[in-house]
Amino acid sequence: MSENKKKIVKSSLAKENFYKLLHNRLAVLGFMLMFVILMACILAPLLTPHSPTDLNLRHMGKPPGGEHPFGTDKLGRDVFARVLYGGRISIAIGLSGALGGMILGVIIGSFCGYYGGWLDAIFVKIAELVSVFPQLLLVMVMRVILGEGIKNLIIIFVFTGWIATFRLVRGRFFSLREESFVEACRAFGIRSSSIVFRHILPNCLGPVIVQLTLNTAGFILQEAALSFIGMGVPSGTPTWGNTINAAKELLNITNYPWLWVAPGLAIAFFVLGVNFFGDGLRDVLDPKQQ
Amino acid sequence: MATEYILEINNLKTQFVVRRRRVVRAVDGVTFKVRRGKILGLVGESGCGKSVTAHSIMRLLPKTAVIPEGSILFHPEGGESVDMAKLNPTGRKIRSIRGNEISMIFQDPMASLNPVYNIGDQIIEVLREHSKITKKEALERAVRMLELLSIPKASERIKDYPHQFSGGMKQRVMIAMGLICRPQLLIADEPTTALDVTIQAQIIELIKEMQSEFGFSTIIITHNMGIVADMADDVAVMYMGKIVEFGTKEDVFLNPLHPYTQALLKSVPILGNAGEDKLIPIRGVTPDPSEMPPGCAFEPRCDFATEACKTCVPGRVGVTDSHIVRCVHCIGEKLDD
Amino acid sequence: MTESNVLLELNNIKKYFPITAGIFRREVGAVRAVDDISLRVYRGETLGLVGESGCGKTTLGKCVVRLLEPNSGSMQYNFGGEMRDLLSLNAQESFAARRKIQMVFQDPYSSLNPMKTIYQSFDEPIRIHSDRNKEERRELIARLLEAVNLHPEYMYRYPHEFSGGQRQRICIARALCVDPELVVCDEPVSALDVSIQAQVLNQMKDLQEKLGLTYIFIAHDLSVVEYMSDRIAVMYLGQVLELAPARSLYDRHIHPYTQALLSAVPVPDIRAKRERIILEGDVPSPADPPQGCRFHTRCQYCHARCVEEMPKLEPLAADPEHFVACHLAEERFAAVGT
Repeated sequence: MSENKKKIVKSSLAKENFYKLLHNRLAVLGFMLMFVILMACILAPLLTPHSPTDLNLRHMGKPPGGEHPFGTDKLGRDVFARVLYGGRISIAIGLSGALGGMILGVIIGSFCGYYGGWLDAIFVKIAELVSVFPQLLLVMVMRVILGEGIKNLIIIFVFTGWIATFRLVRGRFFSLREESFVEACRAFGIRSSSIVFRHILPNCLGPVIVQLTLNTAGFILQEAALSFIGMGVPSGTPTWGNTINAAKELLNITNYPWLWVAPGLAIAFFVLGVNFFGDGLRDVLDPKQQ
Repeated sequence: MATEYILEINNLKTQFVVRRRRVVRAVDGVTFKVRRGKILGLVGESGCGKSVTAHSIMRLLPKTAVIPEGSILFHPEGGESVDMAKLNPTGRKIRSIRGNEISMIFQDPMASLNPVYNIGDQIIEVLREHSKITKKEALERAVRMLELLSIPKASERIKDYPHQFSGGMKQRVMIAMGLICRPQLLIADEPTTALDVTIQAQIIELIKEMQSEFGFSTIIITHNMGIVADMADDVAVMYMGKIVEFGTKEDVFLNPLHPYTQALLKSVPILGNAGEDKLIPIRGVTPDPSEMPPGCAFEPRCDFATEACKTCVPGRVGVTDSHIVRCVHCIGEKLDD
Repeated sequence: MTESNVLLELNNIKKYFPITAGIFRREVGAVRAVDDISLRVYRGETLGLVGESGCGKTTLGKCVVRLLEPNSGSMQYNFGGEMRDLLSLNAQESFAARRKIQMVFQDPYSSLNPMKTIYQSFDEPIRIHSDRNKEERRELIARLLEAVNLHPEYMYRYPHEFSGGQRQRICIARALCVDPELVVCDEPVSALDVSIQAQVLNQMKDLQEKLGLTYIFIAHDLSVVEYMSDRIAVMYLGQVLELAPARSLYDRHIHPYTQALLSAVPVPDIRAKRERIILEGDVPSPADPPQGCRFHTRCQYCHARCVEEMPKLEPLAADPEHFVACHLAEERFAAVGT
């Protein structure tokens, strides 16, 4: 009777890794930072009654306090609301840019890494070309061609962001395709597409996910930088970069510090959180440690 | 004071502290003696602690290792005896012994040579570390040593870099580095495992030749019973951090007493038997070193295990003067650990 | 060993790996990993391939499993009495033929996908080669694991939860999951501890008896090959130098290389009085093999003809099952005596 009731011992890699992640203090701290900021951005309407775009000429340049916890900018917009609503767009841009780059990089990297040959040679050259081109120049050129807008910024990020993932996946494929388990698959006559996506790819996903976090953080910083110099998201849309943009003039930096301190800290904490989480993930997913 | 033995190891324990303060007893009370001018074969499977024993003698252990107990008495000819276990592993004394009076050659000759220096520089460096001679003299001695180890065109090849040598030649260079200071004790840790059989035969003959030429003592560490049978005068069989059987070559091969030694000899195919005798595998697997059985470490896999084996760790039993076994079933004089 | 018993016949198999140089990847030479090998494998036997690293034994094994495409030659396989060349099958036939020949690899640690459970690793090959339903596949996997003395419930575990010996037994079971006739075993025990090797070797012998398998057993360790094999082929620089039944290879080895190889193996028996022949120097590079007999640079019996003319692998006049590639074969055979 007890023999029948005995549960079959199934082990799960995902579960094991999740527990390992829980024991990694840095990763948990990073995740908390990310989670708090993300939730605040998503729940923005509950946290502030103000709109990020409404002008209020009676409250121009107010320091933090009372109704406006982070103060207002010189057009009377509530900085707290701008940080929260801006976070939505900044994070969305960073994440979708990184995700798009990841998907592109994984697909190209898998094929190049598994098949090698001329296909691989061409993409390696393209990747080299894109990565030696000064990024700012690239962004400017692309903006001239594609015009202004959030979508275009994401396209630019995808276009420049696939390279890191491509190199990573290609390199992993190069070594994994020599492993005996891949040869065993081939000896069974398993189709190449199945070998590439179902047998080899899962073995590269760890570093790919880590790269995703790093790219997300990088793109959020880039968005901020580009918007700050007026090359990013159109100035009407609130983002973290556009919010800091309000403090562009030298006088504003010293006289109205709340204009840049609040969004600056939001960026810093979020990016820090993402990086901590990414580092933690790397430690957990590193196959050498298993 | 010259005694019969060049090295006496008494109850040596080497432990590693791993995660969550668990202690792995890699070497757990090892006692043996190396006779002067003889070859001792230290044989065992991977993870039995044979390499850690060798590294403990040289004090080349990672930082997580400690030697809480035991002594390693080295009796050099014409010098004072030293307890290697008590020395500071980074101190001046141990450095003057390492590579000079005791030297070691490793399993992987590819990884043991620095790829950015030519082999001459690497041999000379060892020599000049331990004696005050000019570069020119050192170079001459290095060339002579390489010639002795039958490396063709030694005076030209000494300027070559490691990648220009084959695996067997690299191992010869390693032996040259080990012997250049005329050590009294050579420790060879799996010196032929990475090599092909015909090259292995060359290296084995070479070590034997060099030994009769210079008269040093040797500890050869291997998992291959064949190499031990071929080279060694004395044999120590190691299992899970302990020497389970120690004796002369004749004791161990003609009259193996420990069930592990017996099983090990029956589980390897012998050339020329052509599958006539079926191999008898040792059942089970080696236990996890951090979860050792309370009694005899071999008890879970032993065909002769009794209740007594499960509870107490067997002590050393001297069956004859030279033959010492750690098994409760052996009858003889009880010895200290 | 009749004609109809031939399972696989290799004819003049060559596999060269190009050496490229420069930015245009110009071919500047080739590593002759397998250089004109002809062999027969009989149904139900174990053919041992033995040689030192770089002799091409693994490459030949991979050609047989068609993980590598030979540059030239043919591989006739016995499909129920009809011999057909494996290299000229169409895609569908080729896929079906993969079922018949499987491989066990050297490194049990890289042979199993670390991200997949044992069940997942076994399931796909069975599915694509048979029309078993899910429940039948699970039963088959359980039976296979039991056949290699592992608990069937282990199928839900990941490879890292197993020891090296267990993994190699799992790999053997996996090779058997498509019900093959020929299994190429590439150094299956060389990565394992001595006490574990015997377990795996005996397991393989039992399975062969039970399932009527044919093995090509590749190893560098002569004692292991001798224990496992009915016939042994000694390889050197991409060629077979001597091929004979295991017993006669040991008792009456003809080729000087076989002689040196046998004498070099350390034997754990101190009473055995053996004369060791030490070969001078190293194995030449397979990218630039010596003219004439491949072995002449290290052979103590080398004479003028050996330098110029390459000897063919031919049966001895007195023993048609014993093949030697040496100009001195008959003289040496006469000297050894019968």
